[in-house]
Amino acid sequence: MITQPLITKRCGNIDPLQIDSALKAGAYSLLQKVLDLSRLQVIEEIKNSKIRGRGGAGFPAHIKLMSLYQENSPQKYLVCNADEGEPGNFKDRYLMEHDPHLIIEGMAIAAYAAGTSRGYIYIRGEYQKSIEIMKQAITQASAKGFLGSQILGKDFSFHLEVRSGAGSYVCGEEFSLLESLEGKAGRTRVKPPFPTVKGLFGYPTLINNVETFANFPIIMDLSGASYAKIGTPSSTGTKLLSLSGNIQNRGVFEVPFGIPFRKIIDELGGGIPEGRQLKMVQLGGVCGPIIPEYLIDMIVDYERFEVFESKTGAGAIIVIDDSQDLFELLANISDFFAHESCGKCTPCREGHAQIRKTLDKFIHYQACEKDLISLESQARIMHQTSLCGLGQSAPTSIISALYFFRNAFFDRINASNCQEVSA
Amino acid sequence: MQTETIVQRFPKADDYLLEILLAVQNNNPEHYLPEKDLHYIAEYLGIPDSRVSGVVDFYTFFSTKPRGKYIIQVCDNVPCRIRHSQVVINTLEKMLGIHFHETTSDGLFTLEPTSCLGHCDESPVIRINDDVYTNLDSEKVTKIIQKYQAREEKK
Repeated sequence: MITQPLITKRCGNIDPLQIDSALKAGAYSLLQKVLDLSRLQVIEEIKNSKIRGRGGAGFPAHIKLMSLYQENSPQKYLVCNADEGEPGNFKDRYLMEHDPHLIIEGMAIAAYAAGTSRGYIYIRGEYQKSIEIMKQAITQASAKGFLGSQILGKDFSFHLEVRSGAGSYVCGEEFSLLESLEGKAGRTRVKPPFPTVKGLFGYPTLINNVETFANFPIIMDLSGASYAKIGTPSSTGTKLLSLSGNIQNRGVFEVPFGIPFRKIIDELGGGIPEGRQLKMVQLGGVCGPIIPEYLIDMIVDYERFEVFESKTGAGAIIVIDDSQDLFELLANISDFFAHESCGKCTPCREGHAQIRKTLDKFIHYQACEKDLISLESQARIMHQTSLCGLGQSAPTSIISALYFFRNAFFDRINASNCQEVSA
Repeated sequence: MQTETIVQRFPKADDYLLEILLAVQNNNPEHYLPEKDLHYIAEYLGIPDSRVSGVVDFYTFFSTKPRGKYIIQVCDNVPCRIRHSQVVINTLEKMLGIHFHETTSDGLFTLEPTSCLGHCDESPVIRINDDVYTNLDSEKVTKIIQKYQAREEKK
């Protein structure tokens, strides 16, 4: 089997609403172990594991932990980003609904190492069930003394609270999320300073993805060095993949880094149904690149996720068969980002309307060669000049399609009724 | 329940604004935030009315206009689109005689687009109030709506 359940090993085997069931399976035993270590020892283990953030950007987790540890501030915050709004991703929801205590334990370990006494889990409003489960899990963990003051009799306090989003994709971006946590509209901030220096309410803040926190107890269990042997040298550990689209078996799978995408699609996914052929795959979610069939032999790791400077390491794999029209999908993606743009910076606010107009010409067989050139420059400008990750990654699907499926654009131009004489 | 009772359960700290707005809207049978409620919340938290309306405008969940008893949200993002969410949308529009952002004349259903519901492995997906329905086609979605309609007729 190519799956390797580490963070998902309790999923399906415990009752997420009964802490005793999780305790029997070993929940919070690593927190107990960690509280006997020094804070620097914990950070050292995380460093040795070489784990990188699982939310998409892949930043080394120990660097953020260390920054927070070193900040001398009367208050510091820990934030779990559970605003999993990128279409095609559902692995954080899966974890929250199946093993909420692993996430809480991971956050408590990070809070101890970083020296923070207050934390928030910001969960998107669409995830009502996750919100209910996490709230209940926190209540139960507090009652057992794993959260709150003087945890397990030690001089360590950590208070954790769930906060709900209210339907805004951009709040998955860290500064927008912090603004939202402060009870404001989720419009990003100019950085630097980064959140580890000036974050929530102006205080140093450590933000990690759900899956990153869930890995901390596993690392403390295996030891950082052993954890680093899983996966590839630059991408250690396992990755949760959200597999969806035109494929037989859809769902969340945990695999070690280094597995080729083809194996995931063929062996775990069971291939393309209804006698169809694989046409393309979108990686990371709709903000990610669209790649052709011949590229799926590449392996799952952070370097491959960074095709076209996109930060698509969240691990979504959307399989698309040959019945789908490329231009319709690009327009669908463009509409999504147009709706989710916060409107603060010009390239993102205005760019989507321009891109959509150009795409429409391709959809309606009215495209000329100059439209291809316009589309290319509109996409590049938005990618290079937008203020936050939303605008920067919104045109990735177009940029990648123009590269890998260029012939599809020319075919459409040739089949079009172009009214203008090309220069 | 009175809006005041709900609001007063929260600390008087402005970072609770979203939580308060969500709680107040959920309590409203027409799923919206009337002007007087917004004003009361602003007063309670000691912040300007403009701050409250700015937040209400920004987030998709909030509505300042009355909506139906059941809010049907349909996902049409790529993982749903490539598994025929358009069929689900067409079925709903035909069955209810409304388009997106409209409410049926009996005040029962409002149809809305939604961002990804995170059930892409069970697409296409809709949500009716807090309940998520998955792996839909025209037949399934018809039965679901009929179930809600039958429940209302009994009352």
